[in-house]
Amino acid sequence: MNKISQIFAHLKSRREKAFIPYITAGDPSLDITKRLVVEMEQRGVQIVELGVPFSDPLADGPTIQQASQRALQSGVTLTKILSTVKEIRKQSQLAIVLMTYYNPIYRFGVTDFVERAAEAGVDGIIVPDLPPEEAGEIKEAAQRSQLDTIFLLAPTSTPERIKLVARASTGFIYCVSVTGVTGARGRVSQEIRRLVLKVRQYTDKPLGVGFGISTPEQVKEIADFADAVIVGSAIIKVVQEYLNSPRLVPAVGEFVEGLIKGMVLPGDENSKK
Amino acid sequence: MKRTANPMPDERGYFGPYGGRFVPETLMPALNQLEQVYLEAKSDSEFQDELGYYLHQYAGRPTPLYFAQRLTEELKGPKIYLKREDLLHTGAHKINNTLGQVLLAQRMGKKRIIAETGAGQHGVATATAAARFGLKCVVYMGEEDIRRQSLNVFRMQLLGARVAPVSSGSRTLKDAINEAIRDWVTNVRSTFYLLGSVVGPHPYPMMVRDFQAVIGKEAKRQILEAEGRLPHYLVACVGGGSNAMGLFYPFSKDGVNVIGVQAGGLGIETGKHSAPLLAGIPGILHGTLTYLLQDLDGQILTTHSVAPGLDYSGVGPEHSYYKDTSQCHYTSVTDQEALGAFALLARTEGIIPALESAHAIAYVQKIAPKMAPDKIVVINLSGRGDKDVNIAAEEMGIRL
Repeated sequence: MNKISQIFAHLKSRREKAFIPYITAGDPSLDITKRLVVEMEQRGVQIVELGVPFSDPLADGPTIQQASQRALQSGVTLTKILSTVKEIRKQSQLAIVLMTYYNPIYRFGVTDFVERAAEAGVDGIIVPDLPPEEAGEIKEAAQRSQLDTIFLLAPTSTPERIKLVARASTGFIYCVSVTGVTGARGRVSQEIRRLVLKVRQYTDKPLGVGFGISTPEQVKEIADFADAVIVGSAIIKVVQEYLNSPRLVPAVGEFVEGLIKGMVLPGDENSKK
Repeated sequence: MKRTANPMPDERGYFGPYGGRFVPETLMPALNQLEQVYLEAKSDSEFQDELGYYLHQYAGRPTPLYFAQRLTEELKGPKIYLKREDLLHTGAHKINNTLGQVLLAQRMGKKRIIAETGAGQHGVATATAAARFGLKCVVYMGEEDIRRQSLNVFRMQLLGARVAPVSSGSRTLKDAINEAIRDWVTNVRSTFYLLGSVVGPHPYPMMVRDFQAVIGKEAKRQILEAEGRLPHYLVACVGGGSNAMGLFYPFSKDGVNVIGVQAGGLGIETGKHSAPLLAGIPGILHGTLTYLLQDLDGQILTTHSVAPGLDYSGVGPEHSYYKDTSQCHYTSVTDQEALGAFALLARTEGIIPALESAHAIAYVQKIAPKMAPDKIVVINLSGRGDKDVNIAAEEMGIRL
């Protein structure tokens, strides 16, 4: 069993949920990225998503667009990110998921990338602009290298597409909470609960929910019905705020810890139903 | 051109290895639906009649195929014909596509139209079609293009559209498409994305080509009437490539020489150009696999052209396929050559071409003297140049 599946199985046996933070690799430098991952692991994170910056991130809102720009300006490339993962692996046990648009991988060579990523210690990949229909090559390579391929579902997904994505996904399925791009939002949409319940009818695979989640209360709300809660932009905002501060790493750590605590906020047991 | 055995694209939206559908999941159901609605409309005579009515009565089709006698004499080469898309309502070929897509939006019950624009021609054509059918319209436009094409910005506003400035990236067409896609992902249930060229995810490259194919169908009939034979060359500028594909496609089984002219900017060797078919490598941008200007790490490069409508890092996937199969010869001319042709056509024929179309004329200007006078060349004059007089004056060092 791959690491991500092991983590979900273990959490399930303890009736716990996963908290998955997203940061853009190389924002503002790969050294900081490494320290952030270690810090977040110490605060209780078991799965982390590392974003590969892309010049044209069309599924991302302004916060991650800016993070991508900062990372690209610092000279980050896919090759350098894989080296960083390798270094993180020396001191860390958490599962690492790379989130990247398709073009950087395509340029790298899809099969080559998958092999190098697995070798570096990446556990799974998410490619937001790659639906299962276009993912033949990457799926095949990932299977050989025992790398999880995590596909996305959206509130607009039809039952046929839910089945297709559920079949193609390994590790977990990424449920997008809203029709829209990434970015913190004031409130959690009601659509997402409906989507998760609908997807549950088709699969037993773990369901992670992301896009627009930014507060401990929202984390709690989502954790009530999903297996994992994914937060990106809200964390990057903290990175942005502390960009030039020596407090950057602990500040992000504290913020993430606060979000993790959201999952065990006292709540009405009945709200699960 | 060689004959192709199978219809293009295939059912997955591929032209050989190019095309496809690389978009976030949120948009996949919408693209499936759009494809279905389009294929139904395509074979529905009522839809075709309605589109034909608006193309004729509202947009002004058919456009003339004009024999450019003075230009022909000046260049001392082949007989040059101009397909006068510049005479269409709104001043460019873009309206052929926007009328078609707006009628599809009506069929799908979508009340809000979004579009991207570079030169502003597609934005104006979209705003026009949206106004005609009473639909809400938002046009994304890069800040740099807003500056360069202020006249078109005002026209869009006058037509009731909101022009949304885009300040990310190079602040040109590529970034306007990013922003339009982000809007579509957010509002996909209520909104129709009216893409302006043969780019983007399937079915757009096929659908836009089909709507623009009216250019080539007319030109073929007209040249047979005028000359009793097919032309030897077809020449068109290629940014995204919709005017070129519209002219070329109906001739694709006729063995005519087809030439696509990309924007050479300051020269291909300077790196400041918009010619992915000459200096690019395949990759994925805006939902499609095609030739792109990108660096070794797969980051998309910014582009340069004096013609805002050609200022794009990518190109339609069918053009990529045409390139690999040598069905079309792709070449480029520089900003300066295009500006020269801009002035030449104005002086010899009394026609001010769009700077985009001037690229096609500039190429013919270069090759014409080497060609025999019994040859026939058809150039797609895809748009008129009123919008470009400020840029041209600036480039010529004249203050207006």
